[in-house]
Amino acid sequence: MTNALHPTRRRLLGAGAALGGMATLGLAGCATTGGPSIGRVVVVGGGFGGSTAARYLKMWGGNVDVTLVERNAQFVSCPISNYVIGGHAGMDRITRGYDGLKALGVKLVQGEVTAIDAAAKKVRLANGTELPYDRLVISPGIGFMTEQTGGLQAQLDSGRVLHSWQAGPQTAALRKQLEAMPDGGVFAMTIPKVPYRCPPGPYERACMVASYFKQAKPKSKVLVLDANPEVQSKKALFERAFAQHYQGILEYRANNEVKEVVTQGSQLVAKLEFDDVKADVLNVIPAQRAGDLARNTAGLVNMNNRWVGVNWLTMESTAVPGVHVLGDATFSAPAMPKSGHMANQHAKVAAAAIIQLLKGEAVNSTPVVMNTCYSFVTRTDVVHVASVHQYDAADKTFKTVPGSGGVSAAANQLEGRYALSWADNIWADMLALPA
Amino acid sequence: MIRTRAVVAAAATLTALLVPLAAQAQATAPDMVLARNLAATCANCHGTNGNARGDMKPLAGMPADKLIAMMADYRAGNLPATIMHQIVKGYTEDQIKLIAAHFAAQKPAK
Repeated sequence: MTNALHPTRRRLLGAGAALGGMATLGLAGCATTGGPSIGRVVVVGGGFGGSTAARYLKMWGGNVDVTLVERNAQFVSCPISNYVIGGHAGMDRITRGYDGLKALGVKLVQGEVTAIDAAAKKVRLANGTELPYDRLVISPGIGFMTEQTGGLQAQLDSGRVLHSWQAGPQTAALRKQLEAMPDGGVFAMTIPKVPYRCPPGPYERACMVASYFKQAKPKSKVLVLDANPEVQSKKALFERAFAQHYQGILEYRANNEVKEVVTQGSQLVAKLEFDDVKADVLNVIPAQRAGDLARNTAGLVNMNNRWVGVNWLTMESTAVPGVHVLGDATFSAPAMPKSGHMANQHAKVAAAAIIQLLKGEAVNSTPVVMNTCYSFVTRTDVVHVASVHQYDAADKTFKTVPGSGGVSAAANQLEGRYALSWADNIWADMLALPA
Repeated sequence: MIRTRAVVAAAATLTALLVPLAAQAQATAPDMVLARNLAATCANCHGTNGNARGDMKPLAGMPADKLIAMMADYRAGNLPATIMHQIVKGYTEDQIKLIAAHFAAQKPAK
């Protein structure tokens, strides 16, 4: 990164000169408020990655001009959303506002980015507004490869089939479908081949729906159709939960990839390779790629025609200079999960690096990121998986530390409390929520 | 090897003693940025700068020696844990020291 140092400073000075009063930017070095701005950063996407980046740029950078563009008025969390789908909490438990970021001085813009001009360093919004930047951060989340499953897009458009893999209205709608389903009905869910957002998420969802049926609709069934050959995360712990708590309610089928979705009377049919599965409520988690913003608007997708390659020291795209990409959209380092927790960690690496780049300093050459993921297997009992990833200079990627990380010894209630506390802490960390 | 290392260590200590204080402060400045970055990996559970909510342990203002000793106990399996015994093994002892220095320097909120 040292050789990127001088061109960066040159570009910055050029930008500063063009803006008149910003000629000293990048040289001030001090991070107190009230001095000249050290640069303008536009962050697109107010989820786990983007919000954290905005918060830490302000907290660590002092006088960085930070604008956060987000299309929704409020943040709704994917983590804990399965708990809501299971009926154990309401939407308010996973919904938070952006006022904490505003109070820090982050400029909040509710809108949709329609174009990115990386050469001119400008972002254009649907309403015509143009936002110039010195560094751009994009946290685009996931997009769905609905073209892989016949009939799926039309079913999603009509709201008959839900993915509920982006939290918000889809979360509330799936809960409503489950509540409306008569006892004795079948809830079927399909899991795409890896990689997808939140590896343990589908299995947690199966447990949460089964926990609801066990208590309120005991004649109903949960059918899990997994395109993968086995449970993809916390395998032994989920298999134990299926057998211990949901025998006769939950059925797990490996190597079952949904090919087509059709309507048959009041029911839905998931067509598999060898047979058809009828369901009253069908939840299809589609195959995934980097979000449309990365793909269509920014031209950032350069890995397997699916994900965004990044320099792990800065989170800068390997396709478009000056654009930093966070979270699920990135082409993951080995054993690095696509999770909200990891997106938050990406954002901190990016925020530290962007501040150093804006100041013309060398970036941290030894970043560390870690992941913790809690999954509910019953209303009270939770299992975790954790990992720590140190940067490997030789291979220019993050690698897990041998002997570190792991899963819960068994599902337990203490971690049930920790799971909810984790959520409150990470939401506060990213959104600067008041105590 | 051991003797060489000891000599090098002694030389380093001597150098440290001879280096003027101002220069020392300069030399430690980048480390506090690294410490800040490392400690930020803990914030998802333990709150921003160690100001935790709910059932998580607050780390803001914890004396560095105490945090270092706790981490050593987690690493050795001497302290019961649900998850920390797995996480601590991902960090080097030098990184733990930096993290401890960062949290010790934080004022607990409220």
